[in-house]
Amino acid sequence: MTAVQQQDIIDYALRLGDDSLVLGHRVSEWTSNGPFLEEDIALSNVALDFIGRARMFYTYAADLMGEGKTEDDLAYLRDERQYQNFLINELPRGDFAFTIVRQLFVDVFNSHFLPLLCQSKDETLAAIAAKSEKETRYHLRRSRDWTIRLGDGTEESKQRMLNALDELWGYTPEMFEPDALEQRLAEAGIGVDTASIKDAWLRDVSAILNQATLPVPDAEWAIRGGRTGYHTEHLSHLLSVMQSVHRAYPGCQW
Amino acid sequence: MSTGNQELFEVFVRSKRGLDHKHVGSLHAEDHAQALEYARDCYTRRSEGVSIWVVKSSDICASQEDDRESFFDPSDDKPYRQATYYPLPKEVGNM
Repeated sequence: MTAVQQQDIIDYALRLGDDSLVLGHRVSEWTSNGPFLEEDIALSNVALDFIGRARMFYTYAADLMGEGKTEDDLAYLRDERQYQNFLINELPRGDFAFTIVRQLFVDVFNSHFLPLLCQSKDETLAAIAAKSEKETRYHLRRSRDWTIRLGDGTEESKQRMLNALDELWGYTPEMFEPDALEQRLAEAGIGVDTASIKDAWLRDVSAILNQATLPVPDAEWAIRGGRTGYHTEHLSHLLSVMQSVHRAYPGCQW
Repeated sequence: MSTGNQELFEVFVRSKRGLDHKHVGSLHAEDHAQALEYARDCYTRRSEGVSIWVVKSSDICASQEDDRESFFDPSDDKPYRQATYYPLPKEVGNM
């Protein structure tokens, strides 16, 4: 591994960790607020899966960085502009329909992204992907079932799903626009060329929405910026909540 | 929290291949498929099992406390129901 490539892999692991941690935190906000006990537990489990994923990516990035860095430094001591997660992951959790639609978009993305990352020449990234892929199959089964249940449900549940689709659709193009870093890693057989999975994503999402008697949005707007550190106003609030204990008591441990 | 239209399901988990399914608890869900998903979340996240059954609680017909005597009294006055009532020929030995 050349020094240049090592820095690329650190950045790559960081952004994948950011995606997982930020979404995991958002989903964890349902804990004790779930619509009923069983769903509360299920959502908390999903949140834990994402936070566990973030820990693996951060630990790997920290190891490559050396200088005694730890996963905690990366999760708790970086600021908004240093986070590189997709914007869709940081949006406030909204109502249950919003949470489900976001999860559907992300889970379908991961169901195509992770199998490719499993083939990475970087053994650690491949191993993390292999573990995460199993979880994603379960996550997707849940978000698909709920999408169909709510879309083809009552008038109110359908309306809420339509609202969520409207609000979220423009955040999805960002997932399929690899920047120079991701292209370099894809060419080296280490990263995934996300542009290549866009068609499969759209096909799967459309099929599920069809089954849910929901229209596939055709909105033209698209918001991006997460990968370059430009975020919505929501991320700084999320970070201030998530990081408050560690910032107040640096190095604290349970 | 609301469990408006949901039904109660009983959950049975088989902890190892070859063992039987044991009742582990109950949960609310819309249908069997969802009950199975929630059973996985509520009862098997610490690798407790290799197989899950879910059964609608309403489908279980249970004996009633009032019927206790007719169901479970051991009928001690009918010793011929016990194997020990019958003498064994010597050749059989310890059965």
